[in-house]
Amino acid sequence: MATGIRQTVSAALMSRWAKPAVFVAALLPMAWTFWLAGTGGLGAEPIAEGVRQTGLWALRFLLIALAVTPLRQLTRVPALARFRRMIGLFAFAYALLHVLTYVGIDQFFDWAAVWKDIVKRPYITVGMGAFVILTALAATSTNGMVKRLGGRRWRALHKTVFAAGLAGCFHYVMLVKGWQIPPFVYLAVFAGLVALRLAWASPWRIAVRAGRQPIFSRSGGD
Amino acid sequence: MLLKVRAASEAREDEVTPRALFLSRRSVIAGGAAALAVGGMAPLLSGPAFAALDAKTTVQPPDAKMDPVTPQKSATTYNNFYEFGTGKTDPSEYAGTLKTRPWEVVVDGEVGKPMTFGIEDLLKFPLEERIYRLRCVEAWSMVIPWVGFPLAEVLKRVEPTGAAKYVAFRTLHDPAQMPGQRLGVLNWPYTEGLRLDEAMHPLAILAVGMYGDVLPNQNGAPIRLVVPWKYGFKSIKSVVRITLTKDQPPTAWNRSQPFEYGFYANVNPDVDHPRWSQANERRVGDFFRRKTLAFNGYGEEVASLYSGMDLRKYF
Repeated sequence: MATGIRQTVSAALMSRWAKPAVFVAALLPMAWTFWLAGTGGLGAEPIAEGVRQTGLWALRFLLIALAVTPLRQLTRVPALARFRRMIGLFAFAYALLHVLTYVGIDQFFDWAAVWKDIVKRPYITVGMGAFVILTALAATSTNGMVKRLGGRRWRALHKTVFAAGLAGCFHYVMLVKGWQIPPFVYLAVFAGLVALRLAWASPWRIAVRAGRQPIFSRSGGD
Repeated sequence: MLLKVRAASEAREDEVTPRALFLSRRSVIAGGAAALAVGGMAPLLSGPAFAALDAKTTVQPPDAKMDPVTPQKSATTYNNFYEFGTGKTDPSEYAGTLKTRPWEVVVDGEVGKPMTFGIEDLLKFPLEERIYRLRCVEAWSMVIPWVGFPLAEVLKRVEPTGAAKYVAFRTLHDPAQMPGQRLGVLNWPYTEGLRLDEAMHPLAILAVGMYGDVLPNQNGAPIRLVVPWKYGFKSIKSVVRITLTKDQPPTAWNRSQPFEYGFYANVNPDVDHPRWSQANERRVGDFFRRKTLAFNGYGEEVASLYSGMDLRKYF
């Protein structure tokens, strides 16, 4: 029964429409934000709200990208892996939009002010750190780059996505006033995703896998 | 561009009457619904709410071209009032649970004649319209036509003793009416404070209205403090208690993050918030940022209150 569902889902994910569909879905928040910006829907301070929304979506896509592998392992649907790169690139795209909105609109290319922010304001330092990492990962995301770097070096480089995720969450935690819940929800989701991976790679998990070979045999490690 | 801006601000006087009439009708409708729920509201509505509409403008920015009044919709939908949620639109969406009638403000402490004012008593003070700049600590600003009266008028009535040096303010504490108080964003109830001479300054007012009408709940109904030369968080909303004290009273944001929010919190472009610059601000509705003025542009009137003080230390 469960196997049947898994096969149906896998087939859907492998279809040639799956990637275009995810691509379009990932564009929707951007389209919606532009629509709100154009129609006055971003409220009294549209610039601040635009910066906020693009930042939130960057963080959301980053967490979704980080969730792909644990989800693949838990559901034993290998086809999920097809979408990881695209989702990661969308995280970068939203982060780029976030930075452009801050630099180009909020600060209106006042580079001195931007530089001062980066070196003086820890939450911006941390946010920019996350952005630099995402830029490097986006630049090395092609098959050609995987080949050029070699699998091991490429994987090592792309492990820094966890640093970007942590930095992105802290960026949010650090910028709000008072003790607010939403930034900690993002941080908790990030911590949960990391915990899942650690559990998956732990000696306990490996022992379980060894003992229950038939159930888990289809799932690959990372 | 400039002409258009000026034309809009000049048109204000003409617009006020019909808009005010419209709003007063609306408040009668809203009041009618409330009267059904609470009962006995009618006498309150006909008097004070309409009196607020008649207030004469006594203070306004010298140059309306530089400081046009912020659209009312922005001032009533972009608010920090964490008692109703931390999102900017939360207060306008959720402040309906606040009951502003009946309402009492206790004034006590180091005073000769402690008094309890009903909101209807407070509405009998001669009301003025004051068009003030409001500078939020988050580096955005507005220009708001408040309706109110000098805080000093209330303080004089209770006859401060010689021991009174500070004035402490407190917001209503009732999580049933203010659901945000169920979360530990700040130590509730919200408290604020001024030095007595700051509180007695003629620019410090208690506001009961804005834009020619009674205060909307999200803006601190039924009565709030407005201290235009300080960051907005000093201008405590929905006040229920004013206590004159010997010692500097604890204030909400200072207790929460003392390194970020000082007791004085005078608008000061030279002293940054640790996490962001205070050198400039965006006037809500503007595209470009503008330079922030010392004491929010009220230095001529208030700078002498702080002569000899190190404003970096007493931020």
